[in-house]
Amino acid sequence: MDLKDKLVSSFLAFENNVDVEHPVHDIRSEAIKNFELKGFPDRKQEAWKYTSLNSLQKIDFSIFPKGINALEYKDVKQYFLHEIDTYKIVFIDGVYSSFLSETTHDGVDICLMSAALSKPMYKQIIDVYFNAVASKDESLTTLNTAFSKEGAYIYIPKNKMPKKPIEILHFATGNEAALLLQPRNLIIAEENAELQIIERHQSLTSNEVLTNSVTEIFAAKNAIVDYYKVQNDVDNASLIDNTYISQKSNSVVKVHTFSFGGKLTRNNLNYYQNGEYIDSTMKGVTILGEKQHVDHHTLVHHREPNCESHQDYKGIYGEKSMGVFNGKIIVDKIAQKTNAFQQNNNILISDKATINTKPQLEIFADDVKCSHGCTIGQLDEEALFYLQTRGIPKKEAAALLMYAFANNVLASVRIPELKMRINKLIANKLGVQLGFDL
Amino acid sequence: MLKVNNLHAGVEGNEILNGINLEVKAGEVHAIMGPNGSGKSTLASVIAGKEEFEITEGNIELNGVDLKDTSPEERAHKGIFLSFQYPVEIPGVSVTNFMKTAINESRKARGLEDMPANQMLKLIREKSELLEIDRKFLSRSLNEGFSGGEKKRNEIFQMAMLEPKLAILDETDSGLDIDALRIVANGVNKLKSKDNAIIVITHYQRLLEYIVPDFVHVLHDGKIVKSGTKELALELEEKGYDWLKNESVV
Repeated sequence: MDLKDKLVSSFLAFENNVDVEHPVHDIRSEAIKNFELKGFPDRKQEAWKYTSLNSLQKIDFSIFPKGINALEYKDVKQYFLHEIDTYKIVFIDGVYSSFLSETTHDGVDICLMSAALSKPMYKQIIDVYFNAVASKDESLTTLNTAFSKEGAYIYIPKNKMPKKPIEILHFATGNEAALLLQPRNLIIAEENAELQIIERHQSLTSNEVLTNSVTEIFAAKNAIVDYYKVQNDVDNASLIDNTYISQKSNSVVKVHTFSFGGKLTRNNLNYYQNGEYIDSTMKGVTILGEKQHVDHHTLVHHREPNCESHQDYKGIYGEKSMGVFNGKIIVDKIAQKTNAFQQNNNILISDKATINTKPQLEIFADDVKCSHGCTIGQLDEEALFYLQTRGIPKKEAAALLMYAFANNVLASVRIPELKMRINKLIANKLGVQLGFDL
Repeated sequence: MLKVNNLHAGVEGNEILNGINLEVKAGEVHAIMGPNGSGKSTLASVIAGKEEFEITEGNIELNGVDLKDTSPEERAHKGIFLSFQYPVEIPGVSVTNFMKTAINESRKARGLEDMPANQMLKLIREKSELLEIDRKFLSRSLNEGFSGGEKKRNEIFQMAMLEPKLAILDETDSGLDIDALRIVANGVNKLKSKDNAIIVITHYQRLLEYIVPDFVHVLHDGKIVKSGTKELALELEEKGYDWLKNESVV
């Protein structure tokens, strides 16, 4: 049985374990119909031209993990931003780990999707927001919607700000030979609310893991959301990240995506602007080697006047790695005075590495500022020579230049300890001691 | 210290240097002048080991050792320093951290341990005072957003930190106002000793009023067409380069 058939037929079993009377279940039922109709995307579709899911579909993934697995904090501490105090929502093989988590209901709700879907007190919010911005016809999103049951639920009321950043961590223990995970996150920041989230998916063995994640983010007027995605997983872990963001006037939502690992990673990052004076910012650093594959697909839909979007993605590709950047910007006719900037700069450090980069601008308004630029290059020989004349060997000089190239994306990271971590990951990934403390 | 013997060099078959002979002894300051495109910067880059240039004839010796097949970093470890006309910007790496990396790489090449932090700080303080460099400047990203003057001053600061045996200053005066020029020149003069040598590459005589050369060479079409003492620089300032170009044709 192929993966699609297995998933569709598993839906009946899934229904035995959820409240089919809940209105969300109607959404699930619709979603599985859509997935059954469409199946997995293939490379004939423009959006999947450079990323194939064929080999993943041949793997016999477990859809429902068998046992409840535990982890010792000391064994996974390194994956947390343990330098500072954080709220933590932690899942092990898709199951919530209360032992490793630190949730709260103190003025804000930082807890679980399963709770939000089952407790009456959350029903009103779920009715309004659940699946409100996520696509109803993109097949992988609807696959996630069909099986949506667990994930992070974060609700920050008007004028509130959690005391500390929130970490969402997903561990895979390898207890299953191959595991499919489908976390579903809902994040709501009401007027003037502010929050910071760090998300990470981490497999702890070499067994296959495929995560198909959907995150919906709603930022009301003046809300500020910082979302950091740390993608540094092991060789046999693949991730399809579908993030949908709906913004109201004067809100600022920044998503930073740091892609350093994993087998196949696809980031579908979609912004919808539903107000004026909105700032939508997407930044990415991608550093790949071996046969790793990362595909960034961004969409910003400017639907109101006087808004901004900023995209800055930097990539460094070595060995046989492959990168894709596709940045789509739609400016509706009504969205005058839009400022949309997009930048994608890439360095190829191996003859066998590949990058496919494509800006896609659809502009229907006439008074807008839109700019885009893609570059693909090697390291600047003059800059290398400069460093060498100071006595820095070529290899270290190259690393220093790549570090500098990636570094300026980090300027907007607002958690200093995270910035330090990412700096170190970049240095490690480039494989060279830089001779000074970052 | 430095001996350039019948040096022919170029890029992809285009010869830029056509047989340069030059000897620089310890304690000397040499100025290399010449019109645009005469090969001044190429000569500087070739001495510093830029791989883009191919040496087709002749050689370069440092203290009697042929520098053939010696990488730019190895030349730096042997004491050659090149101050760039257009220093490169390195965002995210502070001036201080860059200097630490450069100094410790040189020490590593000589089999020494990293310089202790307190010693490094002392050295940085001492040398930054010499170039009248503000503390805040040292924590800024290397050359990023620096003015022309700041970049050049930073180049000489790096020279002061690395204490080279042979320093080549390529158009260090370009982009400097008179105050900055004085500070840079003072710095260079204080670094001058009987054990090191300096080659000043410049288009104009102006810098040579502050850094007084022992010898002046005029480069034209990749060849030294005239050598003399500091008076030659004044003569060039007065007459331009054309009379020398004609001379070289004869």
